[in-house]
Amino acid sequence: MKLATLSAINTERAARRPVIVVTDIGNGEQRLVMAADIADDPLHSELERHLRMGKSGAIEVEGRNLFLNVYAPTAKLVIIGAVHISQALAPLARSLGYDVTVVDPRSAFASPERFPDIRLIAEWPDVALPPLNIDHYTAFVVVAHDPKIDDPALLHALEHDCFYIGALGSRKTHGQRTLRLKAQGISCADIERIHAPIGLEIGAISPSEIAVAIMAEITAQLRLPKASAA
Amino acid sequence: MLDRDEDLLKAAENWGKAGKGVALATVIETWGSAPRPAGSNLVVNGDGTFLGSVSGGCVEGAVVTEALDVISSGTPRMLEFGVADETAWTVGLSCGGRIRIFVEKVV
Repeated sequence: MKLATLSAINTERAARRPVIVVTDIGNGEQRLVMAADIADDPLHSELERHLRMGKSGAIEVEGRNLFLNVYAPTAKLVIIGAVHISQALAPLARSLGYDVTVVDPRSAFASPERFPDIRLIAEWPDVALPPLNIDHYTAFVVVAHDPKIDDPALLHALEHDCFYIGALGSRKTHGQRTLRLKAQGISCADIERIHAPIGLEIGAISPSEIAVAIMAEITAQLRLPKASAA
Repeated sequence: MLDRDEDLLKAAENWGKAGKGVALATVIETWGSAPRPAGSNLVVNGDGTFLGSVSGGCVEGAVVTEALDVISSGTPRMLEFGVADETAWTVGLSCGGRIRIFVEKVV
């Protein structure tokens, strides 16, 4: 690989744009395809398929063995609510490779003592969220349990195409939330994108177990083919 | 903290810019219960320092040795590891999987 190619991969990743490296395994020839150039590429259907699945793999094209290496951006996790569950969720998510940010305007909750080494923003969602550049490679978890904090955050997440959105609360709580969001003009299709009650059903009780259930659900959403995702 | 892909590719870039020899190993294909998926990277510099992984730890030592050769020769090579190898008892995959790894120099 050329050092310039490696450098370009790193630049694109820092800007949170996916890239694909196409290597001819037979002769070592290599080229870098930027996300924006995929549509015009001769291999566009293969490239799009691999990018969509986030999977690298070998393909054969006209007798040549090519390897497509997909470099997708690092997934982010934004947690709304610096609550007990978040104290377990943030370090767990970080060990799974996510860039984690916790947002809660209640400074008694969002204290560094409660979240050592975690990026904390003690602001309301309307101030905290826009600079975070939330995108498709972001999982968004809403656990503040206060509609004044949770609802505007959910609206922001729905607008920014997060691959996962989950919200804490029983079916009854979520029913009331659904009514409030609909009153704000959110469509039924968008409301169905919210995972609630949050987390895979594993009988979780403690905050740490709920954190495991949430990360399991996020992992399923990220990795399973879309039809069978939880 | 775990080395993430972007951290190790950044480290490889920095090594290259500092004038060190660098090789990039990439898992191309896996069969059976291989622990790291296709696309996983391991980067090695001329001092033998490496970051990342291409298996659960079973073959990294052998890959680093091969990568040092690739840094000297400049010629990419394909490595294959699996329980069917005659080397199985020294550097085989204990999990029973097979992997193919492409090793190339960063130039």
